[in-house]
Amino acid sequence: MTVAIELDQMILNIAAIMIEELKLEDVTPETFEPDIDLVDEVGIDSMDLATVALVLRDKYAVRIDEDDYPKLTTLRLISEYIHRKLAARG
Amino acid sequence: MKTVSSLLDDHWYERYKKISKLNIRSSIYDVTNRCNLRCKGCFFFSSDEHKAAPEESDLGRWEAFIDREMERGVNLAILIGGEPTLCFDRVEAFYKRLPTFCATNGLIKVPRDRFPNLMLGISLWGDEEDERVLRGKDTFSISSKHYAGDPNTYYLYTITPKQIGKTERIIRKIHEAGLKVHMQLLSNDEGVSGFSWKPEELAAIRAEMDAMLDAYPRTVISSKYYHEIITTGKMMGRPFGWMECPSVTQPLDRRDPAPKRLTNFIRWASDLKTMHRCCTSETRDCSTCKDGAAHMSWVMVNKRAHMTSAKDLQGWIEVYEMFAKLYQFLPW
Repeated sequence: MTVAIELDQMILNIAAIMIEELKLEDVTPETFEPDIDLVDEVGIDSMDLATVALVLRDKYAVRIDEDDYPKLTTLRLISEYIHRKLAARG
Repeated sequence: MKTVSSLLDDHWYERYKKISKLNIRSSIYDVTNRCNLRCKGCFFFSSDEHKAAPEESDLGRWEAFIDREMERGVNLAILIGGEPTLCFDRVEAFYKRLPTFCATNGLIKVPRDRFPNLMLGISLWGDEEDERVLRGKDTFSISSKHYAGDPNTYYLYTITPKQIGKTERIIRKIHEAGLKVHMQLLSNDEGVSGFSWKPEELAAIRAEMDAMLDAYPRTVISSKYYHEIITTGKMMGRPFGWMECPSVTQPLDRRDPAPKRLTNFIRWASDLKTMHRCCTSETRDCSTCKDGAAHMSWVMVNKRAHMTSAKDLQGWIEVYEMFAKLYQFLPW
């Protein structure tokens, strides 16, 4: 249960970062659909993802491997990726 | 939040999905410092880039370098020069390893038994008269014989102001040779008299490029949005220039604020160590640069800026499709 709550909170936090960094309009962290396809629907490209990855690295001290970008196609997948790396760190 | 599917109908959305995850990572390579022509306005020689670094001649070093480039994530090698066909062994080293495009003046025929699917872009600078003035000879008469009907070759037609009213004849000749053509504009780096663009000439050639695309849709690989961008130098109200260009070599890029740009792009000199500033002449005034690939890339890296209306996003899709066709990521 705790893990699920932490993940939900992380989704909101990362949504806020994406909205701020990519200047996404007409969306809030609460209305950002976690499963929307970021490339096919939101129009995010690899440079956008690199921008977000830099902020996430500073905030969570987690590095997103560039080879992993193609797999991180939704807000939920990015959040789970960060969450997993933090959990592995203990 | 505006989404792609909310802006596009099913037809356009399907087209979008075919390109949305292509993730093209290109870099440009000077294969050699030598050429078998000396064209007035060729940025490579006019800005002394042929003297920037001595050529690496050891093929093994080229192969190891290309392997490192692939590890860096490059998935499209764009070979320029000098004239790459003077060094087939180096071209082959790229071709055997990754998707490769080779720019050539077409005077030396690429053997198709050795390079069956290598995409070639043959430079053409106008009609016979312009070619003689700018390049010393009419190259079309030679290159069109070498490549007539070749499905992996197109002409890269660099239009000059003197070509206004004459492009149809050139396009028809290319069509009759069974080849494709992509159009760009001369930047006139050497200031050859009468070859610099005036605003009214740019407006006239835009209309002519549009007309050619309508008249020869299977021959001309282009889009009207690209014609708008390249002739006006503006995209979504923003002027092209140094602070907007996407094709700056990444390790040399100190711009602040950083613009949207090609990820990990580098233009390498033929010593495999020296990096050039950008995809074209280091001495060129960026505000008047007409480089076609730079303008295409400018559109492509600014996808979300085009998510303002269906028309804008469709324009972005057409430019991306054009680029993908020119570099074999999509069929003609």
